Amino acid sequence: MAEEKKNAARRGRNNLAAEDASVNAANGGEVWVVIEHEGPEAASVSWELVGAARLLADELGVRAAAVIIGAGGRELAARACASGAAAAYLASGPKLEVYSADPHCQALVELAVRHKPGIILLGATTRGRDLASAAATELETGLTADCTELKIDPEKKLLLQTRPAFGGNVMATIITPRHQPQMATVRPGVFPQPGHLPEAPGEIITSRARLKATAASVKQLEFIPDPEDELSLQGAKVIVAGGRGLKAARNFALLEELAQELGGTVAASRAAVDAGWISAQRQVGQTGQTVRPVLYFAMGISGAIQHLAGMQASDIVVAVNNDPGAPIFEVADYGIVGDLFEVAPALLEEVRRRKAQAGAAGGLRIETGTSK
Amino acid sequence: MNAGQHKPGANGTVPSRFDAIVVGGGPAGLAATFTLASAGATVACLERGTWSGSKNMMGGVIYSHPTANVFPGFWREAPLERLVTRRDMWFATTDSAIKASFESADFGQEPFNSFTVYRSRFDKWLAAQAAAAGAWMVTETLVEDLLQENGRVVGIRSGRPQGDLEADVVIIAEGVNPFLTEKAGLASCPPQAPNVALAVKEVLALPKEKIEDRFDLEPGAGAAIEIIGEITGGLPGTGFIYTNQDTISIGVGVLLDSLVDNVTEAYSILDKFKQQPQLRRLIQGASPREYSAHLIPEGGYRCMPQLYGDGVLVAGDAAGMVNPINSEGANLALLSGQMAAETVLACRRHGSFDRDALSLYRQQLEKSLIIKDLKKYENATPFLASHPQLFGLYPELMATIAREFLTVDNLSKADKEKLLLRLFRSQVPARRLLKDLFDAWRSLT
Amino acid sequence: MSINSVVCIKQVPDTSQVWIDPETGSLVRKGIPSVANPYDLYALETALGIRDRFGGFITALSMGPPQAEEVLRKALGYGVDRAVLLSDRAFAGADTLATTYALAAAVKKIAAGRPSQTGGGSGVDIVFCGKQSIDGDTGQVGPGLARRLGFSQLTYVCSLIEIDVKAGCVEAWRRREDGRELLRAQLPVAVTVTEQCSHIRYASLPDLIAAAKKPVEVWSVPDLDVDRGRLGLKGSPTRVSRIFAPPARKRGETLSAPSKPVTEVVENLFDRLSERGLKIGRRGG
Ligand SMILES: Cc1cc2nc3c(=O)[nH]c(=O)nc-3n(C[C@H](O)[C@H](O)[C@H](O)COP(=O)(O)OP(=O)(O)OC[C@H]3O[C@@H](n4cnc5c(N)ncnc54)[C@H](O)[C@@H]3O)c2cc1C
Ligand SMILES: Cc1cc2nc3c(=O)[nH]c(=O)nc-3n(C[C@H](O)[C@H](O)[C@H](O)COP(=O)(O)OP(=O)(O)OC[C@H]3O[C@@H](n4cnc5c(N)ncnc54)[C@H](O)[C@@H]3O)c2cc1C
Ligand SMILES: Nc1ncnc2c1ncn2[C@@H]1O[C@H](COP(=O)(O)O)[C@@H](O)[C@H]1O
Repeated sequence: MAEEKKNAARRGRNNLAAEDASVNAANGGEVWVVIEHEGPEAASVSWELVGAARLLADELGVRAAAVIIGAGGRELAARACASGAAAAYLASGPKLEVYSADPHCQALVELAVRHKPGIILLGATTRGRDLASAAATELETGLTADCTELKIDPEKKLLLQTRPAFGGNVMATIITPRHQPQMATVRPGVFPQPGHLPEAPGEIITSRARLKATAASVKQLEFIPDPEDELSLQGAKVIVAGGRGLKAARNFALLEELAQELGGTVAASRAAVDAGWISAQRQVGQTGQTVRPVLYFAMGISGAIQHLAGMQASDIVVAVNNDPGAPIFEVADYGIVGDLFEVAPALLEEVRRRKAQAGAAGGLRIETGTSK
Repeated sequence: MNAGQHKPGANGTVPSRFDAIVVGGGPAGLAATFTLASAGATVACLERGTWSGSKNMMGGVIYSHPTANVFPGFWREAPLERLVTRRDMWFATTDSAIKASFESADFGQEPFNSFTVYRSRFDKWLAAQAAAAGAWMVTETLVEDLLQENGRVVGIRSGRPQGDLEADVVIIAEGVNPFLTEKAGLASCPPQAPNVALAVKEVLALPKEKIEDRFDLEPGAGAAIEIIGEITGGLPGTGFIYTNQDTISIGVGVLLDSLVDNVTEAYSILDKFKQQPQLRRLIQGASPREYSAHLIPEGGYRCMPQLYGDGVLVAGDAAGMVNPINSEGANLALLSGQMAAETVLACRRHGSFDRDALSLYRQQLEKSLIIKDLKKYENATPFLASHPQLFGLYPELMATIAREFLTVDNLSKADKEKLLLRLFRSQVPARRLLKDLFDAWRSLT
Repeated sequence: MSINSVVCIKQVPDTSQVWIDPETGSLVRKGIPSVANPYDLYALETALGIRDRFGGFITALSMGPPQAEEVLRKALGYGVDRAVLLSDRAFAGADTLATTYALAAAVKKIAAGRPSQTGGGSGVDIVFCGKQSIDGDTGQVGPGLARRLGFSQLTYVCSLIEIDVKAGCVEAWRRREDGRELLRAQLPVAVTVTEQCSHIRYASLPDLIAAAKKPVEVWSVPDLDVDRGRLGLKGSPTRVSRIFAPPARKRGETLSAPSKPVTEVVENLFDRLSERGLKIGRRGG
């Protein structure tokens, strides 16, 4: 019962804000970015979002601010300010040292209730989505997942949150017209890394979170990092993906080698995963991962629509397939009709030749934003 | 009929043995299942697809009369696309067409004549009716074999764990690949060329209004066009266009045999077909939504399997019940499924499901239009296969004649007649033409 | 000693077939087959695996239009004990906040009907969800449910390895971008499951036959202790203001030709890539 009342009170507060959300946003509701970090190390998407938040905040005439929960706050705050934040909120407390949904959610909600931000952004990572969903539920506000574009509506001053839906077949622009804060998670790599601003001292607001004891509790017992050479698909700039055309598990070694030379990593279609040639973690597509590397090689992949759903956002797609009618060629920037068992070694050879010529180690160098 | 609502009382109790098992949830199997369940028999219908019709996305024409025979007043509830008010027949060449059109006010009135449907939704609805009538509907289950004891079918074996199921009688309604029919030792023709046609179809999306505009239709009304001629690349086969609500189904069917001989890809035939100018006009700007290919048994009466055995009956496409001339298969499937069920119900009264008892099925079929029609067209497929001129030369000549007659130039009509006769003779010896016409008349009408 | 769970299963359109009509700009969903959200089947298998080991009672729960019954019937085929469908016009148009509101109310009602086995005062020990739905694709419903129910929150679980019934906790591996972590969570818990959990089992024929006629309970608004204003579109803070087709990729160049040696083709490729700013090695390319 008591909980119901509290909820009602919270709703009341929200509805107050709701009456003139747009005014609220324009009147100083800040644009927040929750920094995802482990000690002093932050996820790169957090800085991308600080840069984006600054642009949004400028448009709204408000401050951009970073929210840092847990240890290492001071250093991160300085970096946030150098990346464009005008302020940083630091919440500390004994249960906040290591990330855990419940205490971190409580801390974020406490800050949001006190300072009434207009917008809260988080990275669309496994942790960002975990925290954002919990906090949005607690704040009873809208949350838009996995945005690939953020803009401010020039008239209503609302946040226009654009994201892919239905496996990438459809784009949708979502708004949160009558609730505060407007919350979104944003995919890594959508916004550029902001440049370092000349030392811009921002305001630092520290607080100790007052956490309620709850039944919910999750503790980390162990963490096993993925092996270094097994670059995550999310972060990879180059992905060499193989499908049923590879014919056997051992042939993935060929792709592995090519990927390594290019400083990238290996992925697969579901057919290859189902055949047991490679782990499910490497599956790209509707029921696998969505990737957006700079360069995507599709080797012996037919280009079923479910696979395309996961790789269509890549900057440049190169397809190698012996069937000239394979649908993958419809989305490939460069198509090579041929036997991959001939083409892949030739690719490898060529990369090595060019490297030797340039007299350099390292993989693929990306010079500019690749234009289409 | 109250779809989706399961009969009360039957919940929870699972029979260890069924009165009947139906293999295949197509029109034939569902008509049989529905009829049996409605009469209170315990019946299980096993379908390998995710749901009935799941592998059958395409639009097609279903006839009202036979459908209503099994599912009275179905048009009030079933998911239908358009009421067909016009049926056209085109004789086409690569650049021209002679069009015969039949339109009747009758078509627009109950009990109607035919509708276009999306099979994926229509079959699903039929399955819901069978479930509502009290049948056990099981999907995603492939029947791999028949359980037989001393040559008598006593149940089925599926690929699932604990996958055997027993019944007094099994109705095989497995469609065009009569795998189980063969296992039961009932098949007569191998399910391959020259007894099957390959149909390739495409669904093209076009806004409602545009469809009605281009096909000259009242809102909600539909057209079904059958096309014969040069369009199948001269191969024995036909093409069709059906209008759905906001899509058009277009396709060609050719005898598999001719395809093998000519090594022509079926899809390239469809692509060429779509380039035919009169046709292209109808589908211009429509965006492709789905493709599919499907076999149609065309062996007809000659290839019909044994329709009954000890503890087993065969219905629908599996029994070769397709009229190859107007590719009406669904209606024959529905009716034969219903008759198979009625046979089982009649035998239940006597408690015997052996060959003799089940031969009643054949007798009923003989009396019905099914066998009569199939017999009548018994020679159609061999005739068509051996007379490729029907698909190339003759339509071409007809078009030439029409063009010459309808083109006003400086030739007199008398001169034109002479010219045409000469042209005709040079292409077809008169005796040959007469013979073809006579054979066609005998085997097709 | 048994574990009671609820598995949330959503019926979704096969998203690869959903498209935007270029003429009307609207979403075309008509005639597109619906399937059980694939991740939810991994969730279901995880729940079944736990029931195999510890015993207990599984309720499959879905919110959606009447035809969503199909996915629940499918769940019954795998042997879940009970199936509940929340179906009412008032639920329609819900975003994740309104969805978790309705689903949480249903879980509470389900819990109230079952005595708790493992303490925590709830008759439901674990709520399972897929890591995300393939249509909405948000992954927000699982954590939202955890919050509303006051359960521990375990997302992106790639294998649930142990349940200590006495201590009332579960241990599970959770997938992260950079590796995997072993977590211990207090029961009751809401778990979202990734594709790395085991593949759904092959249901037995007797189970499927039994499921064919098992009832799916349909609950509408009056069956739940809820405030109508917080349901469906009304209770949803987010609005879709525009939908549009993603920029289509265009077919590019075919570099190969039957007679061209493959070495030439790949050389050509890297020249093109180089023109577009992708160079091999550190200095010029
Ligand atoms: C609900 C659902 C979700 C799905 N989710 C996904 C998903 O997330 N990801 C995914 O990938 N799939 C997914 N699929 C499966 C998808 O539909 C396809 O089945 C799958 O992508 C096909 O993989 P493939 O291209 O490797 O295999 P195939 O379709 O068999 O293609 C192999 C290709 O290799 C070519 N080839 C063969 N040998 C050679 C050679 N020597 N040299 C060059 N080329 C060669 C062939 O021409 C062919 O085009 C999903 C399906 C469903 C129904
Ligand atoms: C292109 C095309 C156009 C057509 N157009 C028309 C038309 O306009 N009008 C018309 O009346 N007819 C038309 N037909 C014919 C019509 O579709 C068929 O005649 C009709 O569907 C036959 O019904 P059936 O129940 O016998 O077989 P099917 O509809 O083929 O059903 C058989 C079912 O059994 C299942 N099955 C098979 N084997 C097993 C097994 N071992 N275990 C479990 N399940 C199994 C299959 O999945 C299938 O669902 C057309 C056919 C084609 C190919
Ligand atoms: N309407 C619904 N009914 C039942 N479960 C749902 C529903 N919506 C979402 N879920 C569950 O929540 C998970 C995540 O969904 P989403 O947040 O939409 O990506 C799904 O995998 C389901 O397990």
